[in-house]
Amino acid sequence: MSGVLRLDDVTKEYPRTGVALKNVSFTVDKGEFLFLTGPSGSGKSTLLKLLSFAERPTAGEVKVSGFSSATLRDRDIPQLRRRLGIVFQDFRLLTDRTVEANIAFALEVTGTPASSIGGKVGRLLTQVGLASKATSMPHELSGGEQQRVAIARALANDPFLLLADEPTGNLDERATRGILQLLREINALGTAVIMATHDLSLIMRSGYRYLELDRGSLHYDGTDARTLSRHQ
Amino acid sequence: MRLAFREALLAFRRTPLMSMLGITTIAFSLFAFGLFGLVALNIREALRLVEDRVEVRAFLVDGTSEEAIAAALGDVAAFPEVREVGYVSPDSALARSREELAEFRDVFDASVLPGSLEIRLREGFRDPVTVQALADRIATYPFIDDVRFGQEWVAKLYRVRTLSVLAGTGLGIVFALVAVLIIGSTIRMAVLARAREIEIMRLVGATNAFVRMPFLIEGVLKGALGGALAVGLTWLTHTGVSRALFETVFFTPAQASLGVLAGALLGFFGSLVSVGRHLRAVWKDA
Ligand SMILES: Nc1ncnc2c1ncn2[C@@H]1O[C@H](COP(=O)(O)OP(=O)(O)O)[C@@H](O)[C@H]1O
Ligand SMILES: [Mg+2]
Repeated sequence: MSGVLRLDDVTKEYPRTGVALKNVSFTVDKGEFLFLTGPSGSGKSTLLKLLSFAERPTAGEVKVSGFSSATLRDRDIPQLRRRLGIVFQDFRLLTDRTVEANIAFALEVTGTPASSIGGKVGRLLTQVGLASKATSMPHELSGGEQQRVAIARALANDPFLLLADEPTGNLDERATRGILQLLREINALGTAVIMATHDLSLIMRSGYRYLELDRGSLHYDGTDARTLSRHQ
Repeated sequence: MRLAFREALLAFRRTPLMSMLGITTIAFSLFAFGLFGLVALNIREALRLVEDRVEVRAFLVDGTSEEAIAAALGDVAAFPEVREVGYVSPDSALARSREELAEFRDVFDASVLPGSLEIRLREGFRDPVTVQALADRIATYPFIDDVRFGQEWVAKLYRVRTLSVLAGTGLGIVFALVAVLIIGSTIRMAVLARAREIEIMRLVGATNAFVRMPFLIEGVLKGALGGALAVGLTWLTHTGVSRALFETVFFTPAQASLGVLAGALLGFFGSLVSVGRHLRAVWKDA
């Protein structure tokens, strides 16, 4: 199996708050689904930021696809970002435009030819189950629907890896299950998914591999859900 | 590129007051340049006409021999600054004076007016320094009594021209700095107004150049508008003065479009310096 990303003894220290990640190493394979868990402040978001190169490691090496933190220049980061999809707990939609305009925006600003944008937006909306909401404004949608729009936008450039930072953190039980189901479908089509969550029931039910962080250290890396329940 | 233009135009509509302010200061900056440039241009034009008439007159000592005069004529004609040189005998000087100053014809008699050499200069050798140097050189001939030319007011015209160029440049630079600052803070507001879009652009992998483009276009458009406004204001001043006071000349179309270009450049640099700084502030957390 070929690894799509690897962390090699990575430490991240912030100027004021100190060490957020400590000597973390792991590998993720192509098309894998991986959970990331741990208490608040344990470093989940920091880890995802390192993977999207929003932050650079203080020590160690982050390798995503062919891109390495040791050699990648800042101005080449957009090239990496085009191959990633990123979603957040707070959706981060543009509230002044329609659902389809939100998705089209991601395509426009990354140089997709105007002629192919319309069709692509339609396919993405169908994939996330929102074909009927194309012309709605974000505030007219439920939280779960807004997160679907955000996911459609993240998929716009056909990423090989989707990073999701507590994507269900603002959603109710039903919407959470729907989003997880959608992420699994996306994963089934070949996109690797890394999802940070502190919803342990999600991890236990899925049987997927998970990483558990504790104050910046990698505490557990495996699939054994019983280990998970013992720690918490 | 189309998208960038659309965003740039949107920024105009979002902050119309600041946009107007930016355009106006650029216009005033270039208007200051333009006004004093116009003064300099017209003084140069006046100088050209005056200079055409600049002549150096060297009065001869009474009783200078014909041979000495002929030799001096040959010498002076060979000077590089000199276009032509002629001899005005006391008699013809008298005749000319009587003709030009008819009221005083009885005052003049042959013994009053000395003979002289009348020297006309080539173009490019008519500025005060060159003329003075030539006059000094001619004055070294023993049979030359006195050398005269319109030094005071030629020098004065030159001084006014230099002053107006300096004043225009100084005032223009001050306005230009203010314009850059104001453009900078308009860009700051535009960046903040679009913080969300910029964050998303960065997230999905838009290049830095792409993110900057609308702001740079906005700056260039404002600058060019300001430049055009300045050219218009300068033109109005020119026609106003021409009607009410005296005939003036205006810039050539090429010079005028240089004004618009200067505005565009000013706007470009104003945005360039501020966009990087403010984008970094917005990106801190993306
Ligand atoms: N931009 C930042 N600057 C300084 N400290 C930060 C920053 N982001 C996170 N931290 C700190 O790093 C630690 C890990 O935070 P984070 O990665 O957000 O954890 P989690 O997502 O698991 O809640 C915390 O102590 C937090 O205060
Ligand atoms: Mg977090």
